[in-house]
Amino acid sequence: MVNLVVEHLKYRYPLGNELALEDISFEVKKGEFIGIIGENGSGKSTLCQAIVGLVPNFYKGAYGGKVLVKEIEVAQSDVSEISSYVGIVFQNPFTQITGSKLTVYEEVAFGLENLGIPREEMIKRIEESLKLLRLFEYRHFNPFELSGGQMQRLAIASVIAMKPDILVLDEPTSQLDPQGSEEVFQAIQDLAKNGMTIIIAEHKIEKIASYADKIILLHKGKLVDFDTPEKIFSREDIEEYGIVPPVYTRICKSLNVKNEAGFYPVTLEQVYYELVKVYG
Amino acid sequence: MDEVIRVQNLSFAYKQDYEVLKNISLVFDKKSTAIIGQNGAGKTTFVKLLKGLLKPTSGEIYIKGYNTKEVSTAFLSKYIGLVFQNPNDQIFKNTVLEEVMFGPLNILKDKKQAQENAIKALEMVGLQDKMHIHPYDLGLSDRKLVSIASIVSMDPDIIILDEPTIAQDHKGNTIIKNVIKELKEKGKLVITITHDMDFVAEIFERTIVLNEGIILLDGNTREVFSQQEILKKAYLELPHVAQLAKKLGIKQTLLTEQELINFLKHNKLNN
Ligand SMILES: Nc1ncnc2c1ncn2[C@@H]1O[C@H](COP(=O)(O)OP(=O)(O)OP(=O)(O)O)[C@@H](O)[C@H]1O
Ligand SMILES: Nc1ncnc2c1ncn2[C@@H]1O[C@H](COP(=O)(O)OP(=O)(O)OP(=O)(O)O)[C@@H](O)[C@H]1O
Ligand SMILES: [Mg+2]
Ligand SMILES: [Mg+2]
Repeated sequence: MVNLVVEHLKYRYPLGNELALEDISFEVKKGEFIGIIGENGSGKSTLCQAIVGLVPNFYKGAYGGKVLVKEIEVAQSDVSEISSYVGIVFQNPFTQITGSKLTVYEEVAFGLENLGIPREEMIKRIEESLKLLRLFEYRHFNPFELSGGQMQRLAIASVIAMKPDILVLDEPTSQLDPQGSEEVFQAIQDLAKNGMTIIIAEHKIEKIASYADKIILLHKGKLVDFDTPEKIFSREDIEEYGIVPPVYTRICKSLNVKNEAGFYPVTLEQVYYELVKVYG
Repeated sequence: MDEVIRVQNLSFAYKQDYEVLKNISLVFDKKSTAIIGQNGAGKTTFVKLLKGLLKPTSGEIYIKGYNTKEVSTAFLSKYIGLVFQNPNDQIFKNTVLEEVMFGPLNILKDKKQAQENAIKALEMVGLQDKMHIHPYDLGLSDRKLVSIASIVSMDPDIIILDEPTIAQDHKGNTIIKNVIKELKEKGKLVITITHDMDFVAEIFERTIVLNEGIILLDGNTREVFSQQEILKKAYLELPHVAQLAKKLGIKQTLLTEQELINFLKHNKLNN
């Protein structure tokens, strides 16, 4: 079942000289895990904001084409109307924090109150998401007393607790410790398996390679490719788009080791399997 | 060994009964050093103490011999610069150039020299074409580079980078690696906090693991990455190459792509 459709999307910021997004089209099915990659300024964050309707409703600017979330056209509806369907974790966690709540616990409660979630259910969700992000012991802290990574964990927890149908994450683990970042990827993979659609912009190429079903490759606001990680990272021209493939893929390229389908391996398990065949 | 920083029995608490750093003692010489550890371990707190922005609850910190309790932060800023984790905490001028000139102007009191230093620093981070833009019109990745240039332009002997690679693409990462290498060649002490283990493996001679306010490991980077069990306890991981080498049953701690490729070309795997 398709639950996100982007059709010929074009967008220019009010003060921008060039299009930030140019004729973007793709479809995502329920429960798919989609990665967005591209160099700095390629349009990842703009695309994320367009999926949740902040582009154009908050940023204004020149907009063309369509984004349909569960058949609702986001540009035509107000942000609060679609916020029960889509949630976004912003690139900068400071933007996420309301600034008006005194504790970490209340911060997570805020979004749920707005959705009108019953009290019992609310308490359950707050505790679950705080534990998932290892923040439960900090629930009485003021959000501004958290470390950078803890604040990013809070941003993720607040959005996950809202259980949107489509979860958009913009570089959500940039300040997380290595195990924390792995845990977050595993957690959102579990959510995807239970039917949540995941769209995640990331520079951590090894993570995208092992978790994404498909990858959107952006360059200068255009969609260059939309395909599986092994096909994307086996493209001979990938570095022209400012993307360096995962370490494992690079090692296989240097040693000229490909899998049976003729692609370079992209994950630890795959590269291990291929290298043992050749060097074992 | 030239001692640049000495930390003696340092403890620190933001609130009573909640010690963030617990009786830390160590010495920094000029070896480029990475500080790694889980979220909330106390890394940012530690470097704010070095910079004199926070004062020890107990214990002493000496920066080039000066006790941070006895001199002002303004005085210390000639010797030690800190690039904040969140660039928005640091940026307040109207153009990129003014922002990067602010520090050197304060120290040198000479506009021409300050501008020269600022332009050099901006070239180093590849922002010379964005000099006249308002810093807030830049994306997070460029803003982070502006905050690095603002510190480099002051030319302190000690430069601390708190998670410099946040939001950077491959090109930005390479720029930062080159800045660190260049600073090192100039004889500066560079201390960097990061969660990117590949970055640590590639660049830093020494690595310190901070965990719940104490130092869990401290040594040459390869030695530190040979302690997988302890790293796990600190919520850390091995660099990607080391993970693969380990999975392949290779006993040595290999850190870079080239090391692994060379190994495979000259050895047989025993599994
Ligand atoms: N508020 C804004 N006003 C004008 N132009 C903007 C604005 N935000 C972004 N842009 C421009 O739009 C383009 C796409 O930016 P965007 O932030 O979407 O890129 P990105 O791929 O998310 O980059 P990064 O990896 O640095 O996060 C860039 O050229 C950027 O300068
Ligand atoms: N202003 C503050 N008031 C009270 N507690 C604070 C304050 N700033 C930080 N803390 C607490 O001190 C501990 C250490 O924070 P610090 O920012 O030093 O961690 P860190 O190692 O830099 O983490 P990260 O990797 O997430 O940036 C955390 O548990 C945090 O909640
Ligand atoms: Mg972005
Ligand atoms: Mg920190």
